[in-house]
Amino acid sequence: MRLIVIKPGMLTTVQDLGRRGYRGVGVPVSGPMDVYSHRLANLAVGNPPMAAALEITILGPELEADGDVVCAVAGAEFEVRAGDELVPLNAPFAVKSGRRIRFGARRRGARATLAVRGGFDLPTILGSRATHLVSQMGRALKAGDALHVGTERADGAGGAAPIPLALPDGGARVRVLPAVHRERFTGEAWKRLTNERYVVTPQSNRMGYRLEGPALAHAGAADILSEAMPVGVIQVPASGQPILLMAECATTGGYATIANVITADLPVAGQLAPGDWIEFAPCTRDEALTALRGREAALKGERA
Amino acid sequence: MNTRVLPAGDSAWLVELPERIDPEVNARAIEIARAVERSALPVIDVVVGYRTVMVFVDPLADGADRAGQTLESIAASAAPTADAAGAVVDVPVCYDEPYGPDLADVAAFGSCSEGEAIAMHLAREYRVFVVGFVPGFAYMASVDPRIAAPRRSTPRVKVPAGSVAVAAGQTGIYPAPTPGGWHLIGRCPVRPYDPDRTEPFLFRAGDRVRFHRVSAEEYRASTQWGDA
Repeated sequence: MRLIVIKPGMLTTVQDLGRRGYRGVGVPVSGPMDVYSHRLANLAVGNPPMAAALEITILGPELEADGDVVCAVAGAEFEVRAGDELVPLNAPFAVKSGRRIRFGARRRGARATLAVRGGFDLPTILGSRATHLVSQMGRALKAGDALHVGTERADGAGGAAPIPLALPDGGARVRVLPAVHRERFTGEAWKRLTNERYVVTPQSNRMGYRLEGPALAHAGAADILSEAMPVGVIQVPASGQPILLMAECATTGGYATIANVITADLPVAGQLAPGDWIEFAPCTRDEALTALRGREAALKGERA
Repeated sequence: MNTRVLPAGDSAWLVELPERIDPEVNARAIEIARAVERSALPVIDVVVGYRTVMVFVDPLADGADRAGQTLESIAASAAPTADAAGAVVDVPVCYDEPYGPDLADVAAFGSCSEGEAIAMHLAREYRVFVVGFVPGFAYMASVDPRIAAPRRSTPRVKVPAGSVAVAAGQTGIYPAPTPGGWHLIGRCPVRPYDPDRTEPFLFRAGDRVRFHRVSAEEYRASTQWGDA
């Protein structure tokens, strides 16, 4: 069984939950921008969460089934058709051999995950199938690519239907914790970051979002001795315009960081497109962990 | 050594040591990193910086709620380890045309000849302080201050893979064609990251690196970049 790429869309990549254990030698984690919807799509077709799926960006692809397959689409709301029929999101649908899956209009969110029952069986690099464009680990899909379907299965039967991510509509408010270099910024900078609105500029991609808004002033130098950068951290170069580091960010950086978007809210940030707004709400560590437990519960269909 | 442990978001912790480029500080960071790897913490990744150790944990795993205290005690008690001293890595570099397009700029910065700039680059043993940026990129220091030119005012959009570069007292080898603002003074025929090699990564934090000069002919005979 295979899925053949007829049209690749704007940027369609194979992603799993990313590379772990190699950040110490400079290998980024990568993986999906919206980890939650990736896991949801895999759950819907009976895959383990790590199974490789497609991340689809803004303009979706056209794919042809070679063999009967079962797929699910989660994340951004696209009009998705299998053959001529509109298919439901966040739920499994069957595609007969020779039929095409077409992504049409996008209503909300920026990135969708398409999972196939069995996962995509590509060779692993350092234990993962996640595409990392800059490191040339994998690449954007092209017309004519044939993706083999694997035989991965989740343990046990599925439970209640997971609750889909609440998608941003034009913008999102995400929660932040103060970062390790918070004290390298003025009090005014923190006030601005957590009270003003920023816009995701066109110079944004899977590595990070360059944001535009009120400048954030450093109390001292903007540069630091290179150190590790976690996904979701907001770094601020001398210009004062913040950069939110996303799934494909480099492992280390040299700019002071002011805040970390909490892990539970990263999938929401991952659904933003250039032109969307973003706001940052301070929260506590306990709130961040409660929110993360809430995500785990929502994947099991439990409302917080 | 003064040490501080801070939360870095909800899924990582940062151990900070005194803020300077110093082999002793960096060696202590590596000792702490090794001790963390041997500990019972639910660790996903450990990343050494110039003077920091970032420890990535699964925040919902058992033991994660005590990670901060555990790290403080590890940072206070980590014993010196043999591997913190690092391996000695000998690396060939071709400084001949066309491999060092910025050699003239670096020589001009040092008011010396290109030959003297090359000799200065070859004369020192460098320490790998950090591996990061892209897979296998090693931040090495310290370069002779006479050729420690600052970064280029305009970074290149694409630096050829294998380029040996200097900037702001550091030197390094680009493992992939990436954007880059350092001065390119030579080309290394060996890949710092090669997924097909038994040991894919040429450098680890703490390694000591020496460069030796090869001719353009030797470069082309041994290059692993397919640019012979």
